[in-house]
Amino acid sequence: MSYKAVSARPDVSHNVILYIENLSVSFDGFKALNNLSLYVNDGELRCLIGANGAGKTTLMDVITGKTRCDSGQVWFGQTIDLLKHDEAAIARLGIGRKFQKPTVFEALTVYENLELSLASHKGVWSTLMANVSAAQKDQMDQVLETIGLVSERHRKAGVLSHGQKQWLEIGMLLTANPRVMLIDEPVAGMTAQETERTAELLKSLAGERTVIVVEHDMEFVRSIARTVTVLHQGAVLAEGTMDQVQNNRDVIEVYLGESS
Amino acid sequence: MTSLLDKLGDMRSATSGTITLFVVVLFVSTTLASLSNLLLPEDSAFHVSTYTITLLGKYLCYAMLALAVDVIWGYCGILSLGHGAFFALGGYAMGMYLMRQIGDRGVYGNPELPDFMVFLNWDSLPWFWLGMDQFWFAMLMVLLVPGLLAFVFGWLAFRSRVTGVYLSIMTQALTYALMLAFFRNETGFGGNNGLTDFKDILGVSLTEDSTRVTLFMITAAMLALVFATSRYILDSRMGRVIIAVRDSEARARFLGYRTQDYKVWLFVYSALIAAMAGALYVPQVGIINPGEFSPINSIEIVVWVAIGGRGTLYGAVIGAILVSYAKTRFTALIPESWIFMLGALFVIVTIFLPKGLVGILQSRLPGSSGGGKGKANLGRVSS
Repeated sequence: MSYKAVSARPDVSHNVILYIENLSVSFDGFKALNNLSLYVNDGELRCLIGANGAGKTTLMDVITGKTRCDSGQVWFGQTIDLLKHDEAAIARLGIGRKFQKPTVFEALTVYENLELSLASHKGVWSTLMANVSAAQKDQMDQVLETIGLVSERHRKAGVLSHGQKQWLEIGMLLTANPRVMLIDEPVAGMTAQETERTAELLKSLAGERTVIVVEHDMEFVRSIARTVTVLHQGAVLAEGTMDQVQNNRDVIEVYLGESS
Repeated sequence: MTSLLDKLGDMRSATSGTITLFVVVLFVSTTLASLSNLLLPEDSAFHVSTYTITLLGKYLCYAMLALAVDVIWGYCGILSLGHGAFFALGGYAMGMYLMRQIGDRGVYGNPELPDFMVFLNWDSLPWFWLGMDQFWFAMLMVLLVPGLLAFVFGWLAFRSRVTGVYLSIMTQALTYALMLAFFRNETGFGGNNGLTDFKDILGVSLTEDSTRVTLFMITAAMLALVFATSRYILDSRMGRVIIAVRDSEARARFLGYRTQDYKVWLFVYSALIAAMAGALYVPQVGIINPGEFSPINSIEIVVWVAIGGRGTLYGAVIGAILVSYAKTRFTALIPESWIFMLGALFVIVTIFLPKGLVGILQSRLPGSSGGGKGKANLGRVSS
């Protein structure tokens, strides 16, 4: 399966697509991110794990422009300073996001949800005149096929089951086809089979795109990840393959030790 | 050209059906009322009095105003409690033109200055009255002043991401501040008396039956036009973005939509509709005064929309007409009780008919799903 490449062009001549350096964010004195540094290579499939409050979601919020950081830097490729852009601009640059809790537009149909996700002009006047081109229609049909919602295309997203909403969110991400995908807990609420399908999908997406996944399901992480980053108290605790990470003394102590 | 044809073809038949039905019902009823006023003798049982024509014209202005509020509240979740301000500003611009049309027929017979200015011992027109004797210029101001105010207000509020009750309170404050300003004689709009005693519009007498009927028909035509335009906007992709903003603004931003731009422009569009309604209202009722800015008026508009049914456009129109009719009836019978009845009606509708009166209609017609867009999730904006 292949999707059309997006127009945003970050400079990845050094093979790194996201530079996150010395990032700090605090809420009322609580340090959600504490001098965090992280580099993500172009085309990588990276998993972020960490206990609740480790800073995973805050990190995504900063990358996508939702949360302002106190200090630090976030660069998209060599040249684009993400801290200078708002959410909409960052999305247009090619950084897409799937939320932990599926947030689809419930009053719109499945098809309309995908339509709004299309990587096309997003200005007020362009949308007033917008038509779905034949190519875009094919693309959306393909996405509907992938997410298994072909027969639901004209149903309101609000009546879908939780799992279907999860798929629709993934479908919206596929339709937008961003260069970098930030995916928060993709398999929450999915059956074992669906989880397997999601794993296959995410693996097939990496390479042409960069995929960053936040997930609690260790089995799932093991099945997809090449590189795992463990966050703890707003900073990177360890990074490496799943095996390296699982055998890391610090990790066993603070994360795996606590949860099992 | 082909894209235009495609677009027309793409337009869901239900949508164009709604527009056609709306326009036909409106056109047929206004034409019948007008003809029976002009052609039938006054003692005929089917004669519609000029008083009734004017009353109906007033209702249609209210319907337009309700439609303006439904566009932003029903579809975008912006609860404006200050839309009366745009209505009144449009009305004042029209009123200024009508004042200049009086010429030297005022009580003081001054050809340049309206009576209230002579009374205040002013010796020349204030600068903001200049040009208002030209119809085209006054009509431009009808749109420009409220449009600009809506743009500045919306730009400041939506860019700062003010939402929910905070925004509603700001809109109340806006209309309240304008009311206080317009009550002052020094502001230059006739103080608490406002503008009245109009004689002519475009050289024809406002008291003529034919003028009344023409104004009534123009109001109906404008309402139809505004309805069709709004339907077109809301059924485009822009309309779907607007609904997306209503249901999850943050999510829409992450898809790359600069939601504040959508809100600002929709707010301006809505304000322009309200202003046109005000401009059509003033020559028909013959007066505009600062009372039109009062916060309760703006709240009443919201009640019309809630009672009619949000997020359908025609629901707002039905709500405005029915409630206004009830108001005319009950204020004649027991004037003091109306405000309590209105309040009770609002509470009852909110609790038992969250989709308003058109919600009953829709539930009776199992095939129609058109109202799905304005469904339950609207509830959160009113809380």
